[in-house]
Amino acid sequence: MTIKPEAHKQFILDRRRFLQGMIAAGLVTWNAGLAKAATVLHPPTELKGNQFDLVIDTLPVNFTGKVRTAVAVNGSVPGPTLRWREGDTVTLSVTNRLKTFTSIHWHGMRIPSEMDGVPGLSFEGIGPGQKFTYEFTVKQNGTYWYHSHSGFQEQTGLSGAIIIDPLLSEAEAPEHDYAILLSDWTDLDPNSILSNLKGDSDYYNYHRPSLKQFSRDAHADGFSKALAQHMVWAKMNMSPSDIADVSGSAYSYLLNGAPPSSPWSAMFAPGQKVRLRFINGSAMTFFDVRIPGLKMMVVAADGNAIEPVTVDEFRIGTAETYDVIVEPKDEAYTIFAQAEDRTGFARAILTPKLGLLPDIPPMDPRPMRTMSDMGMKMTGMKMSANMDMPGMDMTSMEMPAMDKSSSGSMKGNQGSMSNMSVHSDTSISMGVGEAASVSSFESSFPLPQPGPGVLPIASAEGKQMMPADHPAKILHVGPEVATVASMTSSRPEDPGDGLQNNGRRVLTYADLRARYSGVDRRAPSREIELHLTGNMERFIWGFDGKKFSEAPPITLAYGERVRIILINDTMMEHPIHLHGLWSELENGHGEFNPYKHTLIVKPAERVSYVVTADTRGHWAYHCHLMYHMEAGMFRTVIVQ
Amino acid sequence: MDNRTFSHVLLDQFEGRSGGSNTRFRWDGEGWIGTDWNRLWIKSEGFVDHSSVSDGDQELLYDRPIPRMKYFDAQVGVRADLDSGPARVWSAVGIEGLAPYSFEFAPTLYIRNDGRVAGRINGAYSLRFTQRTVLEPQVELNFYSKDDPEREIGSGFSDLDSGLRLRYEINRKFAPYVGYTYEGAFGGSAKYRSNNGEAVGTSSFVFGVRIWH
Repeated sequence: MTIKPEAHKQFILDRRRFLQGMIAAGLVTWNAGLAKAATVLHPPTELKGNQFDLVIDTLPVNFTGKVRTAVAVNGSVPGPTLRWREGDTVTLSVTNRLKTFTSIHWHGMRIPSEMDGVPGLSFEGIGPGQKFTYEFTVKQNGTYWYHSHSGFQEQTGLSGAIIIDPLLSEAEAPEHDYAILLSDWTDLDPNSILSNLKGDSDYYNYHRPSLKQFSRDAHADGFSKALAQHMVWAKMNMSPSDIADVSGSAYSYLLNGAPPSSPWSAMFAPGQKVRLRFINGSAMTFFDVRIPGLKMMVVAADGNAIEPVTVDEFRIGTAETYDVIVEPKDEAYTIFAQAEDRTGFARAILTPKLGLLPDIPPMDPRPMRTMSDMGMKMTGMKMSANMDMPGMDMTSMEMPAMDKSSSGSMKGNQGSMSNMSVHSDTSISMGVGEAASVSSFESSFPLPQPGPGVLPIASAEGKQMMPADHPAKILHVGPEVATVASMTSSRPEDPGDGLQNNGRRVLTYADLRARYSGVDRRAPSREIELHLTGNMERFIWGFDGKKFSEAPPITLAYGERVRIILINDTMMEHPIHLHGLWSELENGHGEFNPYKHTLIVKPAERVSYVVTADTRGHWAYHCHLMYHMEAGMFRTVIVQ
Repeated sequence: MDNRTFSHVLLDQFEGRSGGSNTRFRWDGEGWIGTDWNRLWIKSEGFVDHSSVSDGDQELLYDRPIPRMKYFDAQVGVRADLDSGPARVWSAVGIEGLAPYSFEFAPTLYIRNDGRVAGRINGAYSLRFTQRTVLEPQVELNFYSKDDPEREIGSGFSDLDSGLRLRYEINRKFAPYVGYTYEGAFGGSAKYRSNNGEAVGTSSFVFGVRIWH
């Protein structure tokens, strides 16, 4: 769809009116850089109300100098921002003009499973030329997003922001409110990306260990130390530079659909507050976000209010959302979102007036994986700081995981226990007063989102769980499991590789304390332990050493409250997303544990969270890295 | 969803070898098609001197990852020696994969109807100088249980083909290279060659392209 110049002007006018002129400056610079585009691209518009007509079609786009075909919603990549109001029933009629099936999944929404938009689980998908009408009542508020759950359409553009205004509006809403959708665009066919990864998993990694790198390391650390370190990785057929499977060699990082060469702009009036709703709508990229010169007050995570915490920087995993509030002075700032592997960045300009061009900061050094990422943490210290490799027995990491207790993190190394954070909340969440019968308890399903005036619903009849009564799960290495971490730990206070000790105050999962207390105060009645496993070399990913196609669904009884423990046996982060149900992260805040829909599990980390199975249906449960999901890291969760 | 069919081809020797007055053409490649668990492999190698083809080895193999092994596949199938000499057909069984330190290692055992046995070991290693410049030492060693006079092969360790190639990856799929190779025969095979007045061993400068698709 080509927008004619007249229409384009009209668009700017409409847009001006809509955002009170706050964005026009950005548009001017933004479009200049795309003069050669086959299609004039524009940042996503905002659609508001409770009736929406969405049309999915192909769209010629030009983000890199080459014209490619994207999948667009209403002629826009990313698609329009949908603004809903809590309590409304929204109707979204989606027309498919593609030649293939499509779908829209409303990420993080607590809605009936047949509205969840996952082909094969919720419905059969939307056929070519067909129309599907989604209708559901919005029972939550915050920042969410939508994306296709069909093939690689999310990678090729089908995503957009969802903003849900709360029923009870905030006393002091910031004057400006912007959705910021980060994405990773590729000119390549996603099918060939997956094929290349299957054939050569380091295909997109241009920072592999090399003699050049070795000589640099030898210069810095001494020859024998550098050699020892290189040999450790080489022996395992692994690379410490294995940060992202698809890098900037294939991706252009976009912010609201704008490449860094012609950034999107957000305008503000000096002295006023700006709410920025960050959404990681990428297929494969973790972003580290900061605004040099500006503190960010993080007020919400995955749509749920948290106790405000002021930071310089935060990491946003694929599919997560964070709302921050900033109070800029009368100057222009760069919103800087560098990819975790530092092979590129997305950016935007936050400015009080036209024409200001803030500096773009240099990217940080590339992170490198360490032995602790391999589950070989021996002392609780980062190995890079205290490395003495030759004496270590590398074979130990191939032993089956020994670490099976539900609350502890490590066995057989008492000296290290003090370094481990234990965040099991069984004792805290027990014994809440108001007893209710199970039946009346279930009558309030699905449980409401925590919020002002939402009272906890507790049942004294919740079964007390026997800690660690489940048998140890023995995993063996094999074609689907290249590593089994022998040492795992819960590390919510660790911001992640590349962010430790960088001199900035970086948000961690330990900072996420819910603003409103959790709704279900029952103790979980059972534990489900799942290992995140994979073989990078073969590019096979899964849970417990099995791909989706090789494993039965996970079944939850309707109404039960379960603890899920994820143990990451791989050396990469995985953002794990459970559809339809909240994931209450056990990060040590007890009844104020945060509700999330997507949880990052760092390498060799164990993350535990609690889920109330309060909505029946078939739900997708998967790693939100698209090519990991497509390579098997996916399960169906059935609530029945 | 997670059980798709993929296919890749690696032509890692596609080169001219010039030693003395003679230039020979050499190819050596392999390709597979299949899923994570079930793959069909084709391997092919040979020399072309003028119009004569020698060392023509073509294999068709079924390939499957070995349980409890991270990086090795088992392969069974057939090998056909198809070139200007008399044809031979063998059944083949072997493994192929990555040994520690990323050594590519592929030993294969071949058996013919008459009970003859042959063996081959392929090994290679990629030493990355920079992100695009790679030095690859490679060796192939052949073993035969009995003489095969018609193909001028003697029993025991019969021949070795080794090379050192320096490639530049213009991209991951296309990398021109230069290098040095040594191809030589031992024992009975060496005798056949010297009886024919051929050199027992040949060192060559090589130039070629490595193609991955």
